[in-house]
Amino acid sequence: MSDFVNEFWNMYVIVIVLVSILACAILLLVQGKATFTPGKTMGHVWDETLEEYNNPMPKWWSWMFIITVVFALGYLVLFPGLGSFPGVLKWTSAKEHAKEVKEMDAVFNKTVGPYLTMDIPALAADKKAMEIGKRLFLTYCMQCHGANGSGAKGFPNLTNDDWQFGGTPEKIKETISQGRMGIMTAHDALGAETIKDLANYVRSLSSQSGVDTARVERGKEAFMNNDCVTCHTPEATGNQDLGAPNLTDNIWLYDSSEKTVIETITKGRQNKMPAWQDFLGDAKIHLLTAYVYSLSHHGAQ
Amino acid sequence: MSGTQTTYNDKVVRQFAVMTVIWGIVGMLVGVIAAAQLVWPDALNIGFLHFGRLRPLHTNAVIFAFGGCALFATSYWCVQRTGHTRLWGGPLIPFTFWGWQIVILLAAISLPLGFTTGKEYAELEWPIDILITLVWVSYGLVFFGTIAKRTVSHIYVANWFFGSMIIAVALLHLVNSAEVPVTWNALNPRSISAYAGVQDAMIQWWYGHNAVGFFLTAGFLGMMYYFVPKQAGRPVYSYRLSVVHFWALIFTYMWAGPHHLHYTALPDWTQSVGMIFSLILLAPSWGGMINGIMTLSGAWHKLRDDPILKFLITSLSFYGMSTFEGPMMSIKTVNALSHYTDWTVGHVHSGALGWVAMVSIGSIYYLLPRVFGKKEMYSTALVTTHFWVATIGTVLYIASTWISGVMQGLMWRAVNPDGTLAYSFVESVKGSRLFWEIRWLGGTLFLLGMVIMAYNMFKTMAGGNTKDAPVIAPAAHHA
Repeated sequence: MSDFVNEFWNMYVIVIVLVSILACAILLLVQGKATFTPGKTMGHVWDETLEEYNNPMPKWWSWMFIITVVFALGYLVLFPGLGSFPGVLKWTSAKEHAKEVKEMDAVFNKTVGPYLTMDIPALAADKKAMEIGKRLFLTYCMQCHGANGSGAKGFPNLTNDDWQFGGTPEKIKETISQGRMGIMTAHDALGAETIKDLANYVRSLSSQSGVDTARVERGKEAFMNNDCVTCHTPEATGNQDLGAPNLTDNIWLYDSSEKTVIETITKGRQNKMPAWQDFLGDAKIHLLTAYVYSLSHHGAQ
Repeated sequence: MSGTQTTYNDKVVRQFAVMTVIWGIVGMLVGVIAAAQLVWPDALNIGFLHFGRLRPLHTNAVIFAFGGCALFATSYWCVQRTGHTRLWGGPLIPFTFWGWQIVILLAAISLPLGFTTGKEYAELEWPIDILITLVWVSYGLVFFGTIAKRTVSHIYVANWFFGSMIIAVALLHLVNSAEVPVTWNALNPRSISAYAGVQDAMIQWWYGHNAVGFFLTAGFLGMMYYFVPKQAGRPVYSYRLSVVHFWALIFTYMWAGPHHLHYTALPDWTQSVGMIFSLILLAPSWGGMINGIMTLSGAWHKLRDDPILKFLITSLSFYGMSTFEGPMMSIKTVNALSHYTDWTVGHVHSGALGWVAMVSIGSIYYLLPRVFGKKEMYSTALVTTHFWVATIGTVLYIASTWISGVMQGLMWRAVNPDGTLAYSFVESVKGSRLFWEIRWLGGTLFLLGMVIMAYNMFKTMAGGNTKDAPVIAPAAHHA
């Protein structure tokens, strides 16, 4: 590993660092040899009263200075600092990080080893395992899904057993490990009037208040004759294989207001659940799957 | 000087001194609001004036408006008095005042509107950067022009520090603010940094740490070297110490920036170099503290009833404390705990409130009666009150952020026996709340002190005369 495009810069760093450290020491030593007359001034006066004593530098202070210089040189022998010279200890921050991760993984894997062979519903009913699962959730998941898993606007509620991409243990695990792209395409080409009709129809499916019946009629026709049905199906109950939400159940990822529904249809939505496989690994994902499963299967807890 | 007696230019000192107090109140008020937003986020959700916009406004206002005006005022006073000559520069002198005020106003408008380069302490966009450059070059011309026409042969130590600050800040500003405008529309200024990736980060923190090292340290050491011996009526403790710590300080600071980027994509060797020079910086920093505090030896009794000396000496104590703390925090293993926590914020404020603000306040209290033709401040008792309010405020601020900082660092790294993290992030936020309340209280007290100062200042100004003082002839053996 080298951070240098060629050998010149390596030498440049080594020379300039060493010369600079030594320059500090030389400055101190040379100036310390000056002639001092303690308690007497240098003989200059500014602004009527400003004078300077010709006192020596405090000894303890000079020693402190020397000690830091010696420490610096010692540190450069042991640790990286002099260009591409890695230091006697061969320490790198990347190695230190890898070592800590390995240690923590070993501890974790030892604790959760017995859980990895349990199936998800059984694991979701294991109180001790779910305490670990909860702590993992609070570290990795709560930023979007909330401390209790109830989600927020744009971030699914995990406690209600309504699933965009499926709620079986296998599907939950797939969602966590591989991530998901939730895409609703933009339909601004339909025009504002048709979109408003569609919004009224969609809102009528879950019996929202304030829908205009004439618009609901026209909206239904538009729904059936456009590509809405491709993903949401003619019954509007959605398709978990595509991540298309059920529109009939009064559960809203954004919200149920006419304004928001119009916005969703007009501009579409881009939603993303990141893939965690590489970052978390099998053991943590197994426990998190069970924990997420337990949130909507209270009998399991 | 023959016949007509020349005078010092005290007008520009007066202007900057008054604005130091005004901008101090503005900048600290914004800080107090930002601190309150952390404690009461819902109640203080004031739309676009959210924490993310108020925070850079606060830092720019206190560093460049409050601190900057204090530096201009004291350096212009000092270079004339210790050069025994009137300020050089003609129209450049008022330009530095009005130009700097316009920079501050433009910052106060553009930052809340969201114009930012995203570089900490260098957020201002390119048109303002250009104006800063013009003002700063003028400042350099005025300062060094005055040095050149001094009537004493030796240059007083305070001027070395002011001069190094002016040169280094020019260099820092020009290099770090190099940016490519996205459009030439100066009313919609947006730009992209000239550097990319980790180099950009490195240059930013080379700038960032030297903004602390030169703007907030070297300049204020200049202030210390004039006002401490003046107010104490004692010679500077050691000329030789000032020589060594001056050169070591300005040389070593330039290397310290990488300690802001420990455990990042910055190469390990760069981090190490930043760390060791930060440690070497301890002695040069303490040289200034020792020289200031020891200047008072033999005159300690003056501390009892002179609140200006109280400000100056307390500022040096905080300076010593934060320049010990800084090198410690630059050590990688300590930094692994302290980085990204309130400890950093506490460290900065022990320097900013305890050192920079206190030494400025003491110096401005020295200047105000003199530039308004008065013998002393309207009320010395109020200066003493200000001192105690400010000291208690500073202690509350730094103690609370130390505690919350160390607590956050420990909570973030705590693990359960099963290998999971013991605390979620939000639990550390919850745990910090009490300390954020105390921090807010400390900041409010410090602000209150500045309001007392403003009252005292306006009372001192009333009926004052603003005649320039005559230039004093150099001591006989100098002439």
